[in-house]
Amino acid sequence: MIINRFFPQFMHQDTGGKWLLSLLALVTIIVIVLNFLIPLLLPELSVLHMSNYMVTLLGKYLCLALLAIALDLVWGYCGILSLGHAAFFALGGYAMGMYLMRQIGDRGVYGNPELPDFMVFLNWHELPWYWSGFESFAFTALMILLVPGLLAYVFGWMTFRSRVTGVYLSIMTQALTYALMLAFFRNEMGLGGNNGLTDFKDILGFSLQSDGTRIIIFTLSAIALATGYIASRFIVESKLGKIVVAIRDAELRTRFIGYKVEDFKLWIFVFSAMLAGVAGALYVPQVGIINPGEFSPLNSIELAIWVAIGGRGTLFGAVIGALLVNYAKTYFTGALPEFWLFALGTLFIVSTLYLPKGIVGLFEGFQNKLKEKTA
Amino acid sequence: MNTLARVRDVLRRDRTFNHTIVEENSFLQGSHSVHHNTLDTSHGPVLYLENVSVSFDGFQALNKLSLYIDDGELRCIIGPNGAGKTTMMDVITGKTRPDTGLVYFGQTMDLTQMAEHDIATAGIGRKFQKPTIFPEHSVWENLELAMKTDKGVWHTLFTVLNAEQKARIEEVMLIIGLQKHCYARANLLSHGQKQWLEIGMLLMQDPRVLLVDEPVAGMTHQEMDRTAELLTSLAGKHSVVVVEHDMDFVRSIANQVTVLHEGSVLAEGTMDEVQHNQKVIEVYLGE
Repeated sequence: MIINRFFPQFMHQDTGGKWLLSLLALVTIIVIVLNFLIPLLLPELSVLHMSNYMVTLLGKYLCLALLAIALDLVWGYCGILSLGHAAFFALGGYAMGMYLMRQIGDRGVYGNPELPDFMVFLNWHELPWYWSGFESFAFTALMILLVPGLLAYVFGWMTFRSRVTGVYLSIMTQALTYALMLAFFRNEMGLGGNNGLTDFKDILGFSLQSDGTRIIIFTLSAIALATGYIASRFIVESKLGKIVVAIRDAELRTRFIGYKVEDFKLWIFVFSAMLAGVAGALYVPQVGIINPGEFSPLNSIELAIWVAIGGRGTLFGAVIGALLVNYAKTYFTGALPEFWLFALGTLFIVSTLYLPKGIVGLFEGFQNKLKEKTA
Repeated sequence: MNTLARVRDVLRRDRTFNHTIVEENSFLQGSHSVHHNTLDTSHGPVLYLENVSVSFDGFQALNKLSLYIDDGELRCIIGPNGAGKTTMMDVITGKTRPDTGLVYFGQTMDLTQMAEHDIATAGIGRKFQKPTIFPEHSVWENLELAMKTDKGVWHTLFTVLNAEQKARIEEVMLIIGLQKHCYARANLLSHGQKQWLEIGMLLMQDPRVLLVDEPVAGMTHQEMDRTAELLTSLAGKHSVVVVEHDMDFVRSIANQVTVLHEGSVLAEGTMDEVQHNQKVIEVYLGE
């Protein structure tokens, strides 16, 4: 197959992944051509220009798809149903938000060159210590990985070592994200309270409102999704990936052939949290706000639904699920807002009853039937 | 008082600071838990259980059990339900910690202080009562995962099989007779084949001691014969401890049999001796 030349060795068997990444590349190129090259070279064809709203919406979907991959790694492959994964996403988002706040400088409502507006409003006189460093993009990039990673490490270290599994673990992850939500709602946290962080102006000196910046962030999201996908595929195809599945299927056996199960769970959990953090960091400049609502337990549950509907344990299933459900959400909340939650619930029930392996499982079923007929 | 005298006063030699006292406990534990990576079987036995007691909520599962397994021997352990056979295996493999008693692997390794995965790496493999394999992996992958090699996280992320390791997997595949099913998903295997696969996984670990819990449960007669052959061929190179209910099977493989009853050893000897032992007859047939 000629298409294999574009992909690393470990992806040659992954038909779904190859389709997905090719499609992703195509969409990215189309967006760049329509919104960047055509206006530049052939301005008279500007009818084809995609609205900024569309570009941002697509970019948002890509970030959420990356988040879905992160959850699929721990849930679909390792069997850890984390119902608090949106917390890592939100932490990555807050780290990016803090950087963007520092970029505002004296252009805020109160014109204070040092303090963000909400701190001036609260009568604070200096930046809290944990805000230091966020004026640097490199530092922020590091924090986007480290903060979610560290939280996942500490949480995972305690729970996996005490051998907490199954439903109990899921409940604890829910509690984690809920606790974080309550904490971030407090003004004393110094992170904007219930309004969160917003009114962003620039990123690295480029205006967030400009077409060019939007396309670049969209492209970066696409690259992050592709890189995240390839890295995750590399992991699940490696021996480590096989061990992780072995832990899901027979934890005791894995332990008794000499693997330290806690270490493997912790590793995959931390990696997944970092991936979620990156997704959150790319999401925030596109939506223009981050607030404690992102920590809401409901978000994490919805995330699990995307993965379940797409097909867990397949990686590209998670992406399909995230894109499809979020597209449906955009459509329904626009056309029939009061029906969205009913539609989501129905989708979930239908998929658990009739599509235990998600939409991907449906396709595999068709393929097998075709094979049987031709054989 | 001059400076020197003051310093001397502070550093008086008859005063002891708390932090300078070696804790008695840690000292003791230190000498107990020295486990070198090399197994020392210079005194004969490879596995020592001495006066091991375990109780669960008042139920005495093991009651001052003492048992010695020699290097390279094939030992069968029989006993009625609730005699403590599985608990004994749990204690050896670190799944259950004994309330009292000593459990040593060779002369130096204190198994009560080691984690499950350390015990497995040190050379004790265990087959569960219910065949426990990785259902979603192929037969080949099942063996690959069990292979004796570096089992750290980072190593497994980048490792690839070398020729020697592939040869080893193929060798074990021949021993357990599953070469035809090499790429089949393990949960498609028959019950007997799963049992063999699990034994194969133990062999991949290259253990000194194999603990095999009811290897022939649910097997056909042909499968049973093959399993008996397999286990006897393993003895010598490995010590094999078999827990089994099926007396015919035990008779066909064992020269040494240990009978457990209510958590301790009731009788020990050859199959014939044991079968004619009055106490054993009482336990098995009732008064």
